[in-house]
Amino acid sequence: MNLNSIDTLLAEVLAGNKIAVANALNLLENIRPAKTSRIRQLIEQLSRNARPGRHLIGITGPPGVGKSTLISRLANFYRKQGRTVGIISVDPSSCRSGGALLGDRARIIHDPGDSGLFIRSMAAGKHLGGLAWRTRHCLTVFEAAYDIIIIETVGVGQSETEIAQVVDSVVFVVQPGSGDALQFMKAGIMEIPDILVINKADQKKLAAKTKIDLETVAVYSGFDESGWQSEIVMASALEGWGHDQLAQALSDHFSFLENTCLKKKRHLNRVQWILMMFKERFGMFGLETLGGESSVLKQIAGFDLTNPFYCFEKLTHEMWTLAKNV
Amino acid sequence: MNSKVNHPKDRPWLMRTYSGYASAKESNLLYRSNLAKGQTGLSIAFDLPTQTGYDSDHILAKGEVGKLGVPMRTIEDMDTLFNQIPIDKMNTSMTINAPTAWLLSLYLTTAEKQGANIADLRGTTQNDILKEYLSRGTYIFPPRPSMQLTAEIIGFTVNHIPKWNPINICSYHLQESGATPVQELAFTMANAITILDIVKERGEVKKEDFPKVVGRISFFLNAGIRFVEEMCKIRAFTSMWDKICTERYGVKDPKLRRFRYGVQVNSLGLTDCQPENNIARIIYEFLAVVLGKDSRSRSVQLPAWNEALGLPRKWDQQWSLRLQQIMALETDLLEYEDIFEGSHIIEQKEKELAGAAEVELNKIMEMGGVIPALETGYMKRCLVESNAKRLREIESGDKVVVGLNKFTEAEPSLLTQGMEESFLTVDDSIADQQIELLHSFKKKRDQDKVARALEKLHTSVSNSKNIMQASRECALAGVTTGEWSDTLRKIFGEYRAPTGISGISNDRISTEEARKVNEKIRRLNTKLGRNLKILIGKPGLDGHSNGAEQIAVKAKDVGMEVVYEGIRLTPEQIAESALQEGVHVVGLSILSGSHLKLIPEVIHCMQKRGLNNIPLVLGGIIPKSDIAKMNNKIICKVYAPRDYNLNTIMDEIVDMVDKAN
Repeated sequence: MNLNSIDTLLAEVLAGNKIAVANALNLLENIRPAKTSRIRQLIEQLSRNARPGRHLIGITGPPGVGKSTLISRLANFYRKQGRTVGIISVDPSSCRSGGALLGDRARIIHDPGDSGLFIRSMAAGKHLGGLAWRTRHCLTVFEAAYDIIIIETVGVGQSETEIAQVVDSVVFVVQPGSGDALQFMKAGIMEIPDILVINKADQKKLAAKTKIDLETVAVYSGFDESGWQSEIVMASALEGWGHDQLAQALSDHFSFLENTCLKKKRHLNRVQWILMMFKERFGMFGLETLGGESSVLKQIAGFDLTNPFYCFEKLTHEMWTLAKNV
Repeated sequence: MNSKVNHPKDRPWLMRTYSGYASAKESNLLYRSNLAKGQTGLSIAFDLPTQTGYDSDHILAKGEVGKLGVPMRTIEDMDTLFNQIPIDKMNTSMTINAPTAWLLSLYLTTAEKQGANIADLRGTTQNDILKEYLSRGTYIFPPRPSMQLTAEIIGFTVNHIPKWNPINICSYHLQESGATPVQELAFTMANAITILDIVKERGEVKKEDFPKVVGRISFFLNAGIRFVEEMCKIRAFTSMWDKICTERYGVKDPKLRRFRYGVQVNSLGLTDCQPENNIARIIYEFLAVVLGKDSRSRSVQLPAWNEALGLPRKWDQQWSLRLQQIMALETDLLEYEDIFEGSHIIEQKEKELAGAAEVELNKIMEMGGVIPALETGYMKRCLVESNAKRLREIESGDKVVVGLNKFTEAEPSLLTQGMEESFLTVDDSIADQQIELLHSFKKKRDQDKVARALEKLHTSVSNSKNIMQASRECALAGVTTGEWSDTLRKIFGEYRAPTGISGISNDRISTEEARKVNEKIRRLNTKLGRNLKILIGKPGLDGHSNGAEQIAVKAKDVGMEVVYEGIRLTPEQIAESALQEGVHVVGLSILSGSHLKLIPEVIHCMQKRGLNNIPLVLGGIIPKSDIAKMNNKIICKVYAPRDYNLNTIMDEIVDMVDKAN
């Protein structure tokens, strides 16, 4: 099996071969210019072959609320249903050394022989906002290989905004009595997530109070623009309950999206991806040359988005043309 | 005034050696020969699968069966272990923690079969789970149910085996993980309080019997090389415990408030270079626990001088025993009352330590006791930080370790000549024999009875009934260690303890050398196109993770992306993680002596996944002669405890990755 051939690599990724999935991820993470053309080819092919029923789930929340244990149980639940699961776990990098500790893998209990479960840890690098810079690239591999894709990030505030531009459903996990998230939501710093989980709800009294607080905020904010009313789920990773209700809530949200705006949402997310690539490279200069962010977004939306690199190059080309004429 | 004649000579402490290996039959022969020589107490070591609740045929037991102790799966094994040894005449100490209720049940069942009255039995079960999460790694269930089990066992023995020591609270392992004296004091007291509170809350004993519970608590301490401070630490333990017993639990009888403790002195400071120096270290550490009569230990175990090199032989252990006998029988130490009484300096140091420990203790109690302080990772983080600080001081030379970072020029050691071949090894064929024995036992037992006993265990534990009754019925029915543990796993779930490394605040590149490594990594990252990513973990059941944790922290500090997998990994898991994570190098730590079995399997599993270009780096206690036996292109380097300069290790790892790509 020659995984150096893009066609073979693609076929094996689609078949769920973990060696191929790992190799594809290694390639997509690679920043050497020599790899660009292979990366282009692979992402285009992967995008054409994304699994039709896939569900992209973002799980975020402050450190220590029990996200990993929850994900562990959720993954187990999906595997028992016969659905394959891919997990990306993003941890922050040290700004001084560039190093990172990726410790979540140890907390997700899994069987190494399970061919339908794949976990990859990523360091966020210099990229702000909670996701690793190459997470979007890598997602294309997961979307072609697995039914359920879970991205785990740490944080309160900014990361939810960014993760919402990547996944279909955003889950925010808090623990009883955590006031920060509530304050952020009230102040509008943080968007209201699709699903709120109160983990460690075995602390019954405090959990009940937190639930009332969160409901107040959620009801006050009303429906989001798609018409979805945030759902609140209680769970206890310790006592082992609540993850099935979370799975149900996720499934409800997904059905809701399918009946309303899933296509549009994914389209917008892809537009954001291309915008991000462009911004990473050319920053304010690029945006202003093309008439500002909203104008760029409009242009991208008019492209065929299957190959983001193609869109990126079109933007770049146009930017240079305009820049020369100034 | 004559300082001696008015007082009878103090009785010497109990001199223990920790033993048990290979099989119940072999260990039985060993015990009987020791007893014939006049030994009165037995100290049983169980192998790692037994300690972590697995039968010998479980995948994780590979390479570990009979290695560090006796495999104990069924009542048949326990009967064999005590064949022709009258249990009612023994004082038996069992180093067992997570499955204590089970091993105690087997022990009681064998005792009753011998015709003993269990109310007369004497002995100790270690039964201290906290240090398993923090240091030793043989936990099974989450903290809350585990500590509840501890409390149930205490309740049972106080009610039915009044002379039994149901728990031996260990600060020993905390020091091995780098704890400062203040942390040892505070964590250990917080642990004792949490356990006593649970016993009380659950109403395991009648209210009027509660002081008896307090009186049955004993401790297992450590003593390091700073022996004056260590002695003051022990005095602080004594006074803090007395205060807690009086003020918190209202224990009136001073006998029940006595701080009863045994000791094994420190192994952490022993070196593998110029190992003969360790004898001096062991003796100085020993002084801390015997010099003052008021703080003298009731039992002492000394490590062997060559522990940092491999598993000690009988001769090595004998040497350590002789050190004790000379101190007790040749010197005049035992003729005096407490020789430090009235010393202001000792008293002040004791107060200083106790005062600081009380502040830390209050902090933990405000968090809600040790369970939350453990679950949030607070305690582990404190230990990893202390240990990192200790290692930095050795690295910089601020802390002198003779022969390691100072006076390193030395004549070749005459003692270690020819030692490589003479280390104690356990024949790997023992595992096969043990598995066969287990299978033949399982074939001949009454399966319906086993199923009924397990069902009863499940119901009883689910309903929060005391674990002992149902466990004893399981023992009698022929249940195995793995089956008993699995039943509880189903109810309580399994646990992965916090690693303590993620919250380390010390996020700076502290030295010039570290900066150089960091620059080298940045250059390599550009060449690789991805950031240098390393997988660190521990294969097998050995849970001593301090070394692996320190390497992980260091690797992050110099700029690597570190996937830390933790403990108890199978070769398949390691290879699969290396694949899924796309790492450039794998670092594994092994201390249990199972490397010859596990490492070749890790390599095989990696090759099966096409990971032929990933260098493998090993750390731990691996004799040189074994390195050749595992010889393979993939193993790039084996690090020993003597390699204390972590920057050099990091630098070499970067070079290996560079070369491999």
